[in-house]
Amino acid sequence: MPGETAALPQLRVRGRSFMALILVPEAPITGWLAALDSQMQRAAGYFAQKPVVVNLSAVQNEPADPAALLYALDMRGLSIIGVEGIDRARISGTRFANLPDLRQKTEGEDPLGRELALPEEAPKPAPVPATTSLLIDRPVRSGQSIIFEHGDVTIIGALSSGAEVVAGGSLHVYGPLRGRAIAGVKAGASARIFCRKLSAELVAIDGIYGTADDWNRNYEDCAVQIQLAGGALKFSALG
Amino acid sequence: MSKVMVVTSGKGGVGKTTSSASLGAALAQSGQNVVLIDFDVGLRNLDLVMGAERRVVFDLVNVVQGDAKLPQALIRDKRIETLSLLPASQTRDKDALTEDGVQKVIEELREKFDWIICDSPAGIEKGAQLAMRFADMAVVVTNPEVSSVRDSDRIIGMLDSKTLRAENGDNFEKHLLLTRYSAARAARGEMLNVKDVLEILAIPLLGIVPESPDVLNASNLGCPVTLHNPESVAAKAYLEAARRLCGEKLEVVEPVERKSLMGRLFGRKAAMA
Repeated sequence: MPGETAALPQLRVRGRSFMALILVPEAPITGWLAALDSQMQRAAGYFAQKPVVVNLSAVQNEPADPAALLYALDMRGLSIIGVEGIDRARISGTRFANLPDLRQKTEGEDPLGRELALPEEAPKPAPVPATTSLLIDRPVRSGQSIIFEHGDVTIIGALSSGAEVVAGGSLHVYGPLRGRAIAGVKAGASARIFCRKLSAELVAIDGIYGTADDWNRNYEDCAVQIQLAGGALKFSALG
Repeated sequence: MSKVMVVTSGKGGVGKTTSSASLGAALAQSGQNVVLIDFDVGLRNLDLVMGAERRVVFDLVNVVQGDAKLPQALIRDKRIETLSLLPASQTRDKDALTEDGVQKVIEELREKFDWIICDSPAGIEKGAQLAMRFADMAVVVTNPEVSSVRDSDRIIGMLDSKTLRAENGDNFEKHLLLTRYSAARAARGEMLNVKDVLEILAIPLLGIVPESPDVLNASNLGCPVTLHNPESVAAKAYLEAARRLCGEKLEVVEPVERKSLMGRLFGRKAAMA
């Protein structure tokens, strides 16, 4: 119908400035790629989700196909938004040919961009089983409570009646064990309890506990090793 | 250099007040200036044992709260002029004491006395903690029986953690005074023997005071046993302990049960026709 035109949706365009990382591959390319891989391993998050511009001016005279290098960077998960420093004809036919040349003509500024310091992030540690240990070289007195969840606990001296030790790993008492010994809070069923003289009130490994009435009288006042076997506490004489 | 010594035990009734008075009197008899402080606020006994209960006008709580000056509260002993007593209050309780107040009192006493003996109350709460807080050394009084030994172990743990010295990382000197020891009962296995107690507590032995009726007699008369009956076994043990506190190297001899002639004759069951 004449005179009636459908209203076009308003086109809104917005602008934002952000920083892009500029990668400048250098010869030899394999060596440079190895360095890039090493950096990505050390700080995996640095390149993620960041716009990357690849400047091939340093390697434009290399015989290798520049598109192959760009695909190699692509495969490493880099988000390439621009390619510069190379004759466009050499990457024609690839997806990179249509990427814009983002170089800005600002005076005084290095056309390659500002040098950035790369982070030296340590790789995120995998959950490590407890390897530290606590050494107590005096007797643990009645009423004292030692809690060390990060590993083994070693006591040179007595563990007095009325005292308690909670160890993440094993417990080694070079003296009489008279109080409460709780082991394996982190290490689980593999933890053990060792003592020179068993007079304990309560022992527990990985949550399985027993009081002095529960174990064989023969082990009283002897050097024993206590471990879990088949879900129950097992006592054996030590040396 | 003045020394602040706390006499503590954890368990009640083992002989802290008796030992404070006896050791204090023994040290004063050797010429040193000694003051005894009763920290058992509300249940004071040191004034009774010292025979000073009728001369108490001001006490430790009065001084801490600023109602009286220290010289007004100190009671000089009538028998030994180098021995003084700072009694506790009987009408208040341990909450009336503050750490700052006690610290000021002890600092002031350090200027005048060679030995400041703090008679601790039983237990592990505020009264006992304040008594040990500013001490340089401790005498842990223990009876050779299981409850007393365990409680002493607990108090030793607190001496190593709750005193100002221990908090500053210094080594805290502790001595074990075994009281009410009966050689006969230990021989029969009714009481722990000295070796067992030392094995559990692991602190150096200051002395062994045998069970003796002289102690009760002396306390009834309001006189420390070392003054009242210096020849009794208990008094001798306290006098030796005081010498060890002054640095003398005296060997501790375990008291042996002494049987009388009749006891030896009729001690064994004889098979007679």
